[in-house]
Amino acid sequence: MSDEAPDPEAKISVRGLTMAFGSFVVMRDLSFDVREKDIFVIMGGSGCGKSTLLRHMIGLKEPKHGEVFYNGESFTAAGSAERMAFIRRFGVMYQSGALWSSMTLAENIAMPLEEHTDLKPKEILDLARYKLALVGLSGYEDYYPDQVSGGMNKRAGIARALALDPEVLFLDEPGAGLDPLSTQRLDELILRLRDSLGSTFVIVTHELASIFAIANNSVFLDTETRTQGATGDPKLLRNRSENETVRLFLNRGETPPPANTP
Amino acid sequence: MTSRPTETANPPLAAWKEESGKTALELSGDWKLGVMPKITGGEGAGWPNSFDTERLNTFDSTLPAYLLRKLRETDVESPSLNGLRDDLRGLMELALKVPERDDAKAQDKEPHAITKLGLRSSKAWLSLMAFLEFTGDTVLSIFRFLTGRCGFRARDFWLSVQECGVGALPIVALISFLIGMILAFVGNVQLASFGASLYIADLVGIAMVREMGVMMTAIIMSGRTGAAFAAHIGSMNANQEIDALKTFGFNPFDFLVLPRLFALVLMMPILTIYSNVIGILGGMLVGAGVGIPPQLFLTEMLTIVDLTQGSLGVIKSVFFGVAIAMAGCFHGMRSGSSSAAVGEATTRAVVASITAIIVLDSAFAIIFTILDI
Repeated sequence: MSDEAPDPEAKISVRGLTMAFGSFVVMRDLSFDVREKDIFVIMGGSGCGKSTLLRHMIGLKEPKHGEVFYNGESFTAAGSAERMAFIRRFGVMYQSGALWSSMTLAENIAMPLEEHTDLKPKEILDLARYKLALVGLSGYEDYYPDQVSGGMNKRAGIARALALDPEVLFLDEPGAGLDPLSTQRLDELILRLRDSLGSTFVIVTHELASIFAIANNSVFLDTETRTQGATGDPKLLRNRSENETVRLFLNRGETPPPANTP
Repeated sequence: MTSRPTETANPPLAAWKEESGKTALELSGDWKLGVMPKITGGEGAGWPNSFDTERLNTFDSTLPAYLLRKLRETDVESPSLNGLRDDLRGLMELALKVPERDDAKAQDKEPHAITKLGLRSSKAWLSLMAFLEFTGDTVLSIFRFLTGRCGFRARDFWLSVQECGVGALPIVALISFLIGMILAFVGNVQLASFGASLYIADLVGIAMVREMGVMMTAIIMSGRTGAAFAAHIGSMNANQEIDALKTFGFNPFDFLVLPRLFALVLMMPILTIYSNVIGILGGMLVGAGVGIPPQLFLTEMLTIVDLTQGSLGVIKSVFFGVAIAMAGCFHGMRSGSSSAAVGEATTRAVVASITAIIVLDSAFAIIFTILDI
């Protein structure tokens, strides 16, 4: 089990997490904390297991070793009923949006509300409209996911993730495949949502512009060593990380300045 | 017709030279796809210490590919690129920038026959386990439904009913009608020689209600609905929609498998009865053609086709419905995340459900024989 106890102050604590597909270890010994209202970025090269880490944090995959804690309580060791209680407190946006394709955008957002609340259909519709308006999709309530663009799908995915007013939002590559302007708007949306809703964000991305624009905490997954390269604010890691791969990554491979430990 | 150039004025040449323990490789001429380079000197000397590209004219991918192959054979840690012309060196540096991964190469190797046998057996075992788990999950899901602790959306259920019930009416009608006619024709060939054409009524009636009606319906439904279930659920899986269901606290079994299972189990007996009726009508038409009036056909048929006989096919249809829905949903849920995987899942679903139907039908034949029905 994990060596260290979780930080009781932290929103999410990951301790000694080892991820594996069968006998193939993807990453080992990941330990980091996400504080409340953090915009926490999981970064690293392509195919290093960023999305897999996210899947471990939301319970879609079981860790080989180690544990994930929410507010100091173990999520990994929780039974299925307790897990449901955890799951209700977070929202997830998947890489492609993953909207349910047989439902309209409004129905997509309404579905979690129908399942988990006792609201009347009209109230649910109002809430769905509001969530869509938040991400700039007013008027698209009755469109099906395949009738709107990829960027709109992603934004609707965020709206759906927001449906139950979650404490933690997980976003898997929100900016991938979007043009720079849309990415920038998405970043602004994330910052605003954090400030006004007080949510904690965990974001998988490798887009440097976004990382520096929004993140205040991060973990870097190193493909070579198969463990975490660094944790902390990416703006500080850029110049001060002791790990050369991290500095190279955050400086787009340009000659990284030598590590000067503070 | 233009043929590939076989000769050029300036043939490609790789000349290996050895001087005082050091090897040098002189590259010259025009290296072009389709022109075999001439190689002289001791090729087995390993990676050369230096290159001479003074007389090298033009080259395409053949030259770097040749050098890379040599490098693979020699297994040098840091190969020297001394003396290579700048453009060639640039390409070589690019190709060598990221070292070859040993574990990536290992995947290409053809495993030993025994290893393959082992892999296959463990794969078969795992998929059997997965199917048992799936069955268990489905039973649990039905249990939750019966105790009122799970709700799928009524709309999903009715959509499935429409899709696998109403939508299948035309094709089931066409096939059943033709099957009824074929049975009557084939029967008449033999029976007419005994002057017993009237008995095609019995033949068509019994064959339709006991076997052909339910069998044809089941096979149509596995191709139509079982495949649709697998493809739909498989692409939902590929698009992470099933993950999304899970993280919103929905049980994918309750939401995807249960409404489809219920819809098909409800529709199969109805479609079977429908198919029986249409098939008998088909037989009746042929009967009328060979001189048996429909009224007589019906009276003769009803002397042997009673409610017991009629219910056999309907009872079977319920089990076939379960088999089709389970096979479709199981392979859909297990599908990989690429478009090829979804296609594969669909194929598997259809093959599995048709196999299951035939096996179940044989089992029923044995049971009915023992029970003497």
